Amino acid sequence: MTCTEFLAMLDDVIDESIASQTRSEIETHLRKCGHCEVVLNTTRQTIEIYRCHEIYELPTSVSERLHAAIRVRCKKVR
Amino acid sequence: MATIQPIAGENEQHPDVALVERVRAGDVAAYDTLVRKYERQIFRIAQHITQNREDAEDVMQDAFVKAFEKLDQFQGNSKFYTWLVRIAVNESLMRLRKRRTGRLVSMDDEILTEEGSVPRDFADWAPNPEQNYNRAELAEILKKTIQGLPPGFRVVFVLRDVDGLSTEETAETLGLSIPAVKSRLLRARLQLRERLSRYFKRKPAAKATPAKRS
Repeated sequence: MTCTEFLAMLDDVIDESIASQTRSEIETHLRKCGHCEVVLNTTRQTIEIYRCHEIYELPTSVSERLHAAIRVRCKKVR
Repeated sequence: MATIQPIAGENEQHPDVALVERVRAGDVAAYDTLVRKYERQIFRIAQHITQNREDAEDVMQDAFVKAFEKLDQFQGNSKFYTWLVRIAVNESLMRLRKRRTGRLVSMDDEILTEEGSVPRDFADWAPNPEQNYNRAELAEILKKTIQGLPPGFRVVFVLRDVDGLSTEETAETLGLSIPAVKSRLLRARLQLRERLSRYFKRKPAAKATPAKRS
């Protein structure tokens, strides 16, 4: 397996949707290729960091205005 | 952070369906429950597309009101959440279009960029690299980094990797083909990784400073 072939399958590796035959080829490649191992690990970390840190917190005041608006605008409709 | 409930089994009704039925029967309080459940995610998506807090607030309000008005059109063969996100994405794009004086805005904008899609930085990251920054600094880094992606990549990444939608749901929500979602997701992940490496990579060990001569 080449690095380009590995890269094309990176998402499937991360999402764990790889057939067992291919998985062993990937493992062999990763044992030999430090660059691809770093790309895999740091891409996983990238996803994890974005998943764990909310960068656009919903402020309480915005939420309160939303609920007030829903109460007014949705009552008019029904 | 709020997470999306897993899809119910085939014979199991998703809890949202019961709430939607109650709203259709005239129970506005049930709609409030749905709004509380998804307001954070809708605000986040609107922010990611419009990149403007006031616009995101307006989009969120308009999307929830529109969903309420169109509730009779909700078929129930997709999840309520994906249906709602689709409305929010469309509202966000309309808002952008207004800001850009009518220029057509779509999820395909600026999609040709390949920068960062081929890994160049192979330095390993420091262990728990985010701990080297305080909360505000980290939020700024993450915000600045994701804002540098084309909107069509950004939204695919947020729906798939942050919200946890499947590839199929993301494709349905954005009106994209499954190969298009897959291709954008790969490029979004790689571009983000490449950009975050600037902040998170392991620093080379400091050289020992020679002892001063007395």
